Order: sequence, then C-alpha cells, then structure tokens
Amino acid sequence: MAGLMAGFGHYTHAVVRGIPSSLAKEALRSCQAEVDVAKARREHDAYVEVLRTRLGLEVVELPADESLPDCVFVEDAAVVCGDTALITRPGAESRRRETEAMKGALKDLNLNIVEMTDENATLDGGDVLFTGREFFVGLSKRTNQRGAEILADAFKDYAVSTVPVLEGLHLKTFCSMGGPGLIVIGSSEPAQKTLKIMQQMSDHRYDKLTVPDDLAANCVYMNLPNKGHVLMHCTPEQYPESVKVFEKLKDHMLIPVSNLEKVKVDGGLTCCSMLINKKANN
Amino acid sequence: STTMLCEHFQSKSINFLINLSLDRCSLFVCQEQIEEDQVSHRSSTSRLSRSPLRGVKKVKIMQCKITLLDGSDYTLNVEKRVKGHVLFDKVCDHLNLLEKDYFGITYRDMENQKNWLDPSKELKKQIRTGPWNFAFNVKFYPPDPSQLTEDITRYYLCLQLRDDVVSGRLPCSFATHTVLGSYTVQSELGDYDPEELASDYISELRFAPNQTKELEEKVMELHKTYKGMTPAEAEMHFLENAKKLSMYGVDLHHAKDSEGVEIMLGVCASGLLIYRDRLRINRFAWPKILKISYKRNNFYIKIRPGEFEQFESTIGFKLPNHRAAKRLWKVCVEHHTFFRLVSPEAPPKKFLSLGSKFRYSGRTQAQTRRASSQIIRPAPFFERSSSKRYNMSRSLDGGKEQFVLVKLIAKGDIITTVTTEKKVEEDKSEQEDTHKDAAETPEAAATTPLRQDTKDTEPSADAVKHQTNISEMKRSFLETGGSTPGLTEWEKRLSSSPVHSPRAHEAPMIEPLEPQDVSCSPYIITDGATSSGPHGISLSTTMDDDVFMDGTLKEVEEKTPDSQDEVSERSVVKVSPGAVRQEVSQAISDKKGTLIILKDAEDKEDTEGKEMSTLDEKEKSVVPREHETDKNDMLPASMGKEMFKADTSVLTEAQTTEVKMLSTKMEIKTDDMIPLKGIDSPKKAMASWISEEVKTEASEVISVAAKEMKTSDGLKENAEIFTFEDIQSEQSESNLVQNTQQFSFCCPLHISTTTCCLPSFPPAAAKPSPDIVEVATKDMPVVHTETKTITYEAAEVDTNGDADPGVLLSAQTITSETTSTTTTTHITKTVKGGISETRIEKRIVITGDADIDHDEALAQAIKEAKEQHPDMSVTKVVVHKETEITPEEGED
Repeated sequence: MAGLMAGFGHYTHAVVRGIPSSLAKEALRSCQAEVDVAKARREHDAYVEVLRTRLGLEVVELPADESLPDCVFVEDAAVVCGDTALITRPGAESRRRETEAMKGALKDLNLNIVEMTDENATLDGGDVLFTGREFFVGLSKRTNQRGAEILADAFKDYAVSTVPVLEGLHLKTFCSMGGPGLIVIGSSEPAQKTLKIMQQMSDHRYDKLTVPDDLAANCVYMNLPNKGHVLMHCTPEQYPESVKVFEKLKDHMLIPVSNLEKVKVDGGLTCCSMLINKKANN
Repeated sequence: STTMLCEHFQSKSINFLINLSLDRCSLFVCQEQIEEDQVSHRSSTSRLSRSPLRGVKKVKIMQCKITLLDGSDYTLNVEKRVKGHVLFDKVCDHLNLLEKDYFGITYRDMENQKNWLDPSKELKKQIRTGPWNFAFNVKFYPPDPSQLTEDITRYYLCLQLRDDVVSGRLPCSFATHTVLGSYTVQSELGDYDPEELASDYISELRFAPNQTKELEEKVMELHKTYKGMTPAEAEMHFLENAKKLSMYGVDLHHAKDSEGVEIMLGVCASGLLIYRDRLRINRFAWPKILKISYKRNNFYIKIRPGEFEQFESTIGFKLPNHRAAKRLWKVCVEHHTFFRLVSPEAPPKKFLSLGSKFRYSGRTQAQTRRASSQIIRPAPFFERSSSKRYNMSRSLDGGKEQFVLVKLIAKGDIITTVTTEKKVEEDKSEQEDTHKDAAETPEAAATTPLRQDTKDTEPSADAVKHQTNISEMKRSFLETGGSTPGLTEWEKRLSSSPVHSPRAHEAPMIEPLEPQDVSCSPYIITDGATSSGPHGISLSTTMDDDVFMDGTLKEVEEKTPDSQDEVSERSVVKVSPGAVRQEVSQAISDKKGTLIILKDAEDKEDTEGKEMSTLDEKEKSVVPREHETDKNDMLPASMGKEMFKADTSVLTEAQTTEVKMLSTKMEIKTDDMIPLKGIDSPKKAMASWISEEVKTEASEVISVAAKEMKTSDGLKENAEIFTFEDIQSEQSESNLVQNTQQFSFCCPLHISTTTCCLPSFPPAAAKPSPDIVEVATKDMPVVHTETKTITYEAAEVDTNGDADPGVLLSAQTITSETTSTTTTTHITKTVKGGISETRIEKRIVITGDADIDHDEALAQAIKEAKEQHPDMSVTKVVVHKETEITPEEGED
C-alpha cells in the first residue's frame, strides 16, 4: 500500500564526507578556536563507524576537498525528503561548491534532484527541521526567505513554516528531532522562543524534550529495522547534564558520539551526515 | 419645502427616515407551495381563497445549471424566489447524498469570484446577473474522512479533491500525484487488467496539473499492486493520503499585511493560516482568535493574549476590496462554526446589532456526525463515472481559485454576537483547564475591559513592552498603509506568541508541547469572561461606510458596563418611553416585535484608530455571558446600550441594516438632548423604538394611512407600498432644532392583475402625539454648525433598488401644520412588473429648541406608524440632524 509521510526516521543510506586539512584554519566559525584536525578526523571516523557498523547504514563517503574547508558538514548541501533531494545554495559563499559532490552522490542514489538556482536564495540544510509532518525553516544568517520558498516548492506535500533563528548559527544548532513527534530543544531563551513559534505555526502536536545545553539538543534520530528508536547524542564529557536528560528516553537506543572538535567550527551531530531512505514510497 | 422651512431658521435639525416593509417572502414562499407542494396546501388555502386572482402565471421559473463534482451538468428548474437551500436540497437528492453538510453550492459573481450560495437567502437576491449557473462543491473538508458514514459521501469528497489536485489548488509532490492517481485509477477502473485495459488506459485520466508520461507510468506501476481493492477502499486510501497534505481544505484569500506585503490568508478547519508565497508565516488557531471582523476592505482578527501577555491584540489585513473582505469574513464565520461549535449560534435576529446578520445556519460537524450516525439505509449503489472529464479545460481557473461567500446587500454592517463556544470533541482537557481557570480567577470576570487591552490582574515585567508593541501593531494596522517601525515580522509574531521562560534547573522530561489554546487559558477568562466565554469568538462586521466609523463606533465607546444599571433603572422610571419599552420588550420576547433603538450619541472621546477596541467594548458590555441561555434577560441591557436592532420577524431574514453617518462628528450637544421627563442621562440621547406590539393612540395622519391599508387589503389584488410622511416642526426662541422624521412603509403584494384601485385619501392634519412635540425650552446658544445623517435601511426590502422604476400611477402630497410642526404626507403608487406599490412617506419636521428629545420623537413616530401599518415593515430610517445655519436636504 502506498502511503505518504510514513516511516519517519527510516534510513538506509548515509552520505558523509572527509575532513580537509583546511578545516583547521579556514573553516567558518562563530568564535575563535584552535581545531586539531587529527582529533577532528578521529572523531569523525568514529561517527561514521557508528553509522556503518553499529547502525548498518550504507555509507557513501565523499572525499574531502581542501578548497572546501567546511565540506565535512554535508547536511547543509542538500535537503532530502522521501525520494526528492533539494540541492541547496549555502548561505556562505565559500561553501557553495560543496553541493557539487553531494549532487552527484544523491543522483547516484536515484533521488529526484531539485536544484536551487535562484541567486537570491540561500539555504543551509542545518536550518531545515523536518518533523515527519512538516518543515520548519530557520531564517538565519545562512538561510533566507527565498531559500525557504524554494524548499516549499520542492516539497509541496508539506507545510513549510519559517521561524526566526534568534541566536546560534542554524535552527538545528539548538533543536532537532528526538523521535516521531518529539522535538529536542535547548533551554536558552532564544531556543524556547523559537519553539513557541513552531508550536504556534503547527497544526500538529509535538512533545518536547528540553535539554540544559542548547548545543546538546542537536542529535540524530533514526528508526531502524531491528533496532527501533536510535538516538545519537552528545557525550557525558561534553554535556553531562544534557546526557542525563537523554538517558530518560527508555525506548531509545542511546549512542553517545563525541563532537568536541567539530563543534569548534559550529558542527553538530546532524551536520556530519546526510541520511537517506532509498525505499521511500516504493 | 422642508428645506425651505429650515432655511428660515438657524436651526438644528434631525431627520429620521424609517422604511418599513412587509415580509414579502412569506407570501411568495406560500405561493410556491401552492404550486409545488401538496403538503403545504392546507396552510396556504386561506390566503389562496382570499386572493383567487393571484396567479401562478406570475411565478417565475428559472433554469439552473449546476456543474456537479464529476464534471457533468445537472439542469433543473426552480421558482425564482426560492431560497438557496431548495436548490441545494434538490441537487443533494439528485446525488443521493445524505451527509450533505460538508457540501455547498457556489456561483460566480460579477467579478467572477466564487461565492457560496446562502441557503437561507433567495436565489434571485444572490444571482444578480448572468445565467443561473452553479457548481456543487465541498465546502467543509472533513479533517478525518474516515469518519464519514457513507462511501458515497467519500466518493464525492474524492471527486472534489481530484479536481483540487488537478487544478493545482491542492499542491502535491510527484510522489503524491502518483499515489493519489493510482487510487483514482483503482476506484474508477478497478483492478489492473492488461487484457481489458488498453496500454495507454492511464493517459485518459488526469492526475496532476502537468501530467507527464513518467507520472502515468508510476501510477500504472502502483495500480498493478492493488488487485482486489474495492472502489470504496481505494477512495479511503486516497483520502487518507490527501488529508495529510498541508493545503487540504485550506481556502485561500489574497490579502496584504499591514506593510503592504502580499500574503495569502487560508481558512481551514483548525483556524486561519497566513502565507507569504508558499511559506506559512503565521497561524491562528480558532481558540486563539477572539473576534473576526471586517470593515471596508480590511479584515481583522483579535488575538487572545499569549501565555505571558496581558493584552489582546488586533491584527488587520487588507483585502482587495470590500466584497473580498466580507467573503473572507463569512468563510471564517462558517468554518469556525462548523468545526468548533457544537451547534450554530443564532443569527443576530432579535438581538440587535448593526450590520450583517450572516451566520452559518447549517449543521456543525458535530451535529452532522451525530445525524449521519443515524443513517440506516443500505449503502446506496452509485456509479463511479470516469475521471476522463478531468481535463485541463475544467480547471481553467487555475491554482489559486478561491471560494468565496455570498455577498450581502447592505453596505455597512456591524455584528455583535457572542458565542459560547464549545470545542467539539478534541481537547477536552482544554475545556477542563479553562473551567478550572475560570474557577480560579473569579475576579477576572469582573474586570472592566479597558479599551482593547484587557488588563491582567498581575502585570508582568514585560507588560509595558508588550503594550508598546501591540499598540504599535495596532497603529500600523489601523492606520492605512502605515509601517511598523522597530517591529520586525518576528517581533510582531512574538508579541502575540508567548515567550516561554526557560525552566531553570528542573529535570527536563518529555512534555507535551502545550497547545497554544491551553497555554493561554488563564487569559481566556480575563478577556473572555465579559464577552464570550472560554472559547468564544465574536464575529463582527463593522460598517464599511467611511462616514460611519466616526459615528457609531464612537457611540459604542460609552457603552460601559455600568450604563446597564443606569438604563434598566431608566426603563422603569421613565413614563411614556418606558411603557413603550416594556411593550417592546414583550414584543421582543414574543419574537414578534421589531426593535430599533437609535441613539444619537455625543461622544466623549474621539476614537479614531480604535474602532476595533470600541467595537469590542460594545460587545463585551452589551452582551452578557448568558446570552445563549436567556436572551430575554438581556433586553434591558440591550436597550440600555441603545443598540441598533432589527427583527427579522418583520424584516425578512435576507435583509440587512445599513447605517450611514454623513458626518465625522457626532456632536450633538449633550445639553441639547436633555429629555423631557428628565430621567434620561444627559449624556445619552434617548433611543427610539419600533414595535408592532405597541398600542397607543395614533395621529390622524397615520389613521389615514391605516384606512388606506384596509381599503387595499379589501381589494386583494392590490400590491401596496405605503410611503408615509409626517413632518413636524417646532420652533423656539433660542435654538432651533429641526427634526424631520420620515417613514416609508412598503407593502408589496403579489398580484395577478395590474389593475389598481386608488382609494380615496383625504388629507389629514397631523396631530403629533405629545411625546413628539413636547419641548422644554432652554436657552442654549448655537455653537456648532454641522449635520449628520443616519440611515438604517433594510436593503433587501427596498423595492426601489430594482433597475425598473415602474410606472407611476399616482402621487399625492398632503401638508398640514400645527403651531409647531409641519407634517407632509406623500403617497406614491407605482406599478412594476405586476406588482403595484404604494409608498407612504411621512416627514416630520420639528424645528425647535435644543431640548427636544428627538429620539423619543422618532420612537413615537415609528411606533405610531407601525401600529397603524401592521402589515408593513420599516425599510428605512433616516435621521438627519442639522446644527447649521445653512441646512441641507437630509434625506437620501
């Protein structure tokens, strides 16, 4: 039976990308910090290993590109929902070319490719929160109204609501999905404000999981065969208080994943992979 | 001559014009029944025997073409004057549809906008021009189609949705097109059968606005997998997918926000959605909305304060024109009622209000579900016709087609209605919360609403900030085209969206995101108690006449709750008007009377830019909470508020009231208005009444008119419109106040011949009743020079509105004078399309001291007129006041 909007969190594939040495010096960051590339690579390898080995996803690894210091953060280069992939136009000019390799990879996965060609539009995937029933697009330094409009055109089935990103780089810097109908949200005032707006804009009801640290609210949810609810989240070393909150999710398989280095260049857990369900609607 | 008279004096004048009209509709309905409905024969016979000549020949039959959901046309004949529901019911019968409340009939107006046919109004009053072409459509999209009782209902819903999809009104992704298309194919063609179906069978059907070969192939692929699925199952699957689409059942309207940005307003089951391009930029669930109203081409929603706000806010949108604003308002009224209420609220028939009486009169979703659960017939057999007809030509109106509602005739409306709203099924907890809150904050209910901002009992630190924001918002919305400096789109949104304070160190757990309506429940009481209860919403139209707002809305301003006491006391003490009032009350409670309370308000404050708030004050103070439970109880209060009121027992339900004020100032000196008996508050000019029930002695003029009535009644064949004019003038030394009262009585009757007998009509001297003429002389220097005209008009009954002026049979003017008044009676008779009309206009010019109680005079005059012409209705009331050296013609 064909059904729409079913299977939230079902993934079969993940697209990831290596870390170029240029990340240490040239990757964009909101606050100055020294990045140890070797450490970052180890961290990323561990992340990819979780996806591949522990979770059994088919991982497509794109090679790092030295001319694209931020290229490891593949989430920003595309938005995939169902069998449609919207290739974005990242807000940071230095990141625009990251989409090329992503587009190729998604094409190879037989997704319907929609490209954002409008030169007035910018959109980072990190500003796009898909809840399973609708999209929220954060209007941020990286994402504008036009970008959100194009996303709405690409995914016509869903309501696309714009919400302000009052603080932080992306919408998903302080929130993400923790399960079907469960929004994980940071406890800062801007985060809560944004959540209020999302709530007002939505026809659907969500539960929320408030974590003390905004950055800890960025986690990766999957619903995988034989594993059920899976949540990749921050480690106790990084955000001990927030981890205590995640540990209250009794139905989830909890996988702490370190993100100490990548966070220095504003990278969250969701940023480092593009998750795809190749069986969507088929 | 009136004017001439005025010009002799430095006068202040007040002209009242009141048109009364017989309820024609009942006559015609009756006649139709004679022809078409055996059952109603009994009820009709008396009238039939009295008017044997009234012919069937006169019944105009109109051919209606209704485009059905499968694209076919259904043609049927109906009598021209039948109401919309007759047509609707016939179509539903034809379709074998029982769960019909989700559906409606649309027609195109002159602007080619789709309007919903009002079931309670005559067809001919809705279809003004062009051929009688209609379409049968889904009006309320059920959020959960699986709850529909019958497959046949789901089938029609599917047909509508297929058209929505193909036309682009319901956007979907490629994947959704394939899924919906595949179920459509299964429903229409059954199992995939390569032997029976040609290879390109799928190309004959339409699934998408831009159908590609690829789409067709995918549809076919899916179709192959559905073997054994029944059509009803396929339709169920279709609907289960379609209902999840974000634009399912969203009725879009073009608008602009306060900054002139093009947006779309989407009305749906859950509330009002705001789109900019395809993006949702805001959403107001019904529980969040306290009031919806429109004025001219503006549409307003008043928003409940959020969790941490104290103040309600009003948000305005500009629609392309007045009609669009009204259409949107009506769609909102209907959707809100259908989806949120247990039962429809009563239209503001008896209870007075200015403006549109429009209310959703059908069953609500809750009612229709209950009714459908009683359906016991076996599932009807019906043929699913081919969707071939879904070709492009059918959807020429494109992707932004908008369904719009019936245009009412009156130009200016205010509706003041308060509904005790009950949420239907969902959110029971919310109700409980609300009740709990109600119990917890009893003092809030007693809070006197202040302007638009209802004060919270415990203002928070953000109060001032919010207030600033909201007043800025309001300013920008209410000022035409004003921008909102310092407020971004987001701030605006935030100002009506609560800010959640972070939970400090409490261990966070999964918690449901509180639905906003719950989260703001504490404020429901504060702002809702005086108006509309926990889930109340006020549906208001405001006057669209430019001149109006500075008049009546200001008037509203002084309707503070404490005036209730004052007024009820007054109604006891005051002798003559009090008696009238009592009888009027009786009439109202008997549902027979017509009450028009006019108030000439002097205004304490200028309220420009505050229409919304003042209007709301009016609602709040005027309509007590128990509105639903006991309307009679409200009467004294309503009279105290001096609300404008018209009763449909006299004026047909189709009519509306129109009020015009031609002056931006309503400055009738308070002191000038001190009433005769000294009981009325000097701040308030007293009201006037119309009541059929009132029995007092009549002036001679009116007696004459009554004679006329009898005569023509005896003739049976005559149709009459009486125009009754009575002029009184009175003059005193210092201030000259001219008071003109003009009454028109319209009593058109359907006749079978065009012969008209003109009864003799002896001139009669006007003998105004003491209440009218009694004037207390008071020295008051004339200071102001201004004029004001108020017209209350039952537009629907105004037969002069037709293009055909008819043939004038006779015209007669009788003038008489007393020492203080001049009364002119003007009678015209015309014949128009087999209907002869006699119109009596009575103009009373009172020229005199400022102390005259004009309202009382008007009330008395109307009262007398009404009691002498029980067969007639007031169709127009014009009040013209002159406080000018150069008076002008006041009647319009």
